[in-house]
Amino acid sequence: MYKLSGVTKDYQKGRQSVAALRGVDVVIEDRDWLAIQGPTGHGKSTLLQILGGLDRPTSGIVDFDGQDLAQMRETQLTGVRAASIGFVFQTFNLIPTLSAQENVETALVPLGIHGADRKARAVKALEDMGLGDRARHLPSELSGGQQQRVALARALVKEPKVLLADEPTGNLDEDTRDEILTLLEKFWGEYNLTLVVVTHDSAVARRAQRIGVMRNGRLTFKQSANRAKGPGSAVPAPPS
Amino acid sequence: MFLTYLRRELRRRMRQAIIVAVGLALGIGLVIVVTAVSSGVKNAQASVLHALYGTGTDITVTKTPTAGSGGGGAFGFRGATGTRTRPAAGTTIDVDNLRGAGLGTIGSTSVTTVSKLKGVAADAGGLTLTDTKITGKIPAINSSGGGTGFGGGGTGGTGGGGGFSGSLTPTSFGVDGVDIGNGELGPLSAGKLSSGRTFTSSDASANVAVLDSDYATQNKLAVGSTITIAKTSFKVIGIVSEPSGENNSDAYIPLARAQALASMKNDVNTIYVSSTSASTVSSVSKEISAAVPSSTVTNSSDLASEVTGSLASTSSLANNLGKWLAIVVLIAAFLVASLLTMAAVARRVREFGTLKALGWRSRRIILQVMGESIAIGIIGGVIGVALGFAGAELVDKLAPPLKASVGTTTGTATPGGARQFGAGGTGTGGGFGGGTGGGGFRRAAADAGHTVAVHLTAPVTIGVIILAVVLAIAGGVIAGSFGGWRAARLRPAAALSKVA
Repeated sequence: MYKLSGVTKDYQKGRQSVAALRGVDVVIEDRDWLAIQGPTGHGKSTLLQILGGLDRPTSGIVDFDGQDLAQMRETQLTGVRAASIGFVFQTFNLIPTLSAQENVETALVPLGIHGADRKARAVKALEDMGLGDRARHLPSELSGGQQQRVALARALVKEPKVLLADEPTGNLDEDTRDEILTLLEKFWGEYNLTLVVVTHDSAVARRAQRIGVMRNGRLTFKQSANRAKGPGSAVPAPPS
Repeated sequence: MFLTYLRRELRRRMRQAIIVAVGLALGIGLVIVVTAVSSGVKNAQASVLHALYGTGTDITVTKTPTAGSGGGGAFGFRGATGTRTRPAAGTTIDVDNLRGAGLGTIGSTSVTTVSKLKGVAADAGGLTLTDTKITGKIPAINSSGGGTGFGGGGTGGTGGGGGFSGSLTPTSFGVDGVDIGNGELGPLSAGKLSSGRTFTSSDASANVAVLDSDYATQNKLAVGSTITIAKTSFKVIGIVSEPSGENNSDAYIPLARAQALASMKNDVNTIYVSSTSASTVSSVSKEISAAVPSSTVTNSSDLASEVTGSLASTSSLANNLGKWLAIVVLIAAFLVASLLTMAAVARRVREFGTLKALGWRSRRIILQVMGESIAIGIIGGVIGVALGFAGAELVDKLAPPLKASVGTTTGTATPGGARQFGAGGTGTGGGFGGGTGGGGFRRAAADAGHTVAVHLTAPVTIGVIILAVVLAIAGGVIAGSFGGWRAARLRPAAALSKVA
């Protein structure tokens, strides 16, 4: 569970200080699905980075399961990321020289999982994404949707508590987007994930339980059509 | 994962990896060639020393003669200082002297002293002498002064004493007294016996001589012939060919006989020393200097400073231009490797940021970058060693023979070169070429300096290969450190900010 209190983040741009987050207070329950929308440059990605321990707030508390990520040492933070947090990026961010299977394995390396066990888990994760026959392909040999599914397999192979997705469908066509959304919903249910998705796409946001809107560094909420759904429930029907 | 990732990354950046590897290879190859040539030059210098003093000799010990003493080639009829008494014109002259002109004498006990020093494997005393014969009749004296000397091949004296215009016939040849008990050292040791035999222990007190083949040919002498040295007949028992002819003595006789004939009993004028190892030559030289007061101790390093000619030029080239060129190329290669590695890391910001987001520690990412750089360095090292071997082989094959010339400096360890006589003391009266510095006779023009031809080799030793490997790894580590440092400083948020 996340509990953010008074989180601010200021960036220095030349001599000017720019406030990306202005006192964000939010609680994200376990197995919650939160979509964050808002105009570009209003702090969505900054909030996601702070939730993922990729960046530290200027002030405030980022409580994650009783630990303040803002105060953790870098090695502890790295450990939390390795074990508990999965990331999916808009541009997939696969390692171009590694095969799909090896890319998935990179998520298991910091956990000290080696050899056959690592390979087996990576293959299983790819099969779950319907990419069992693409395990040895390089990212350049895969379509955008396939690459994002590899990225999703990489994020989920370690069975994290949280999945943070930054515009996961931003580079995909509608059909592929729906495939990815279907998978996200499936695994959100199966893995009891806490899912935070930053998106411009209202179709994506509507699948979430809650929709937050970041504007000028402040987070406000609006009701989602999917609010009644909970983890483990059947895949909701796409919005009409 | 480490090796797979490394291999794939190198394959992806093959062109860049090749550029870096070739750059490092050029630097390393140059270092190998320069080091090998330097080593070859040192070997050549050692060859020169051995050619001058005999194979196996690491150090020679000589003494500078004091003015008007020992080395002075007085013939026994020089006018006394301040008098005008001269042999009457028409007097028949028949002089045959054996003198160690040009080198100071060293007591034979010093040979024993040196042999007991730490680091000395063996030593041998030797007498480097000149047999001078003057026959004819004393000519009329031209008292106008300023006459020239006899011009026996060298520069004539121009001293202030009265000169001669007559026709006395001077001849001279070099004679070396050889320590038969330590024949492996000394001037005869480098020679190859072409006929007859060399000395045996039973020859120690015998009037037997071994002749240099050139001298024997010129004088139509062979084994069994007789040669006169200081009015004493010596039977020729062997003919030797010396490797570098110009500086060799013409005749070799047992040391004891040389001492007796030169009136230098219990004296030598050169000690030939062999050290236990090349690394101890310098320390042994210092010990000898302390043990034999006023001596001039010369080893190959000292000799290098006296050597001129193409060997010296090559030495200078290898030690100055070559060394600096190698260093500059190596630094440039390291710099290019570092810059390219940093540029590669900059291009992989998102990749490394993603890995950090996945929980990879900075240390692992640095290790990955360093691993890639070191792998390139090792590839460069392998190519560099191959280039180095090829370069050294080229030097071996194509380098022209080098000539080393050692100048004549009385009292230095160039005994052959010091074979001059007639530097007649300090007298100002009559006499041959009298007057300080008036070099009356010299043996031959060739003795004004010794030229030894040596073939330059460029040996690549295991030490040089180890150096190359160390440089290759160092290049990789340096380049990887810069890249790793940049990767370590990378904020993981950079991966997300790239797509935000």
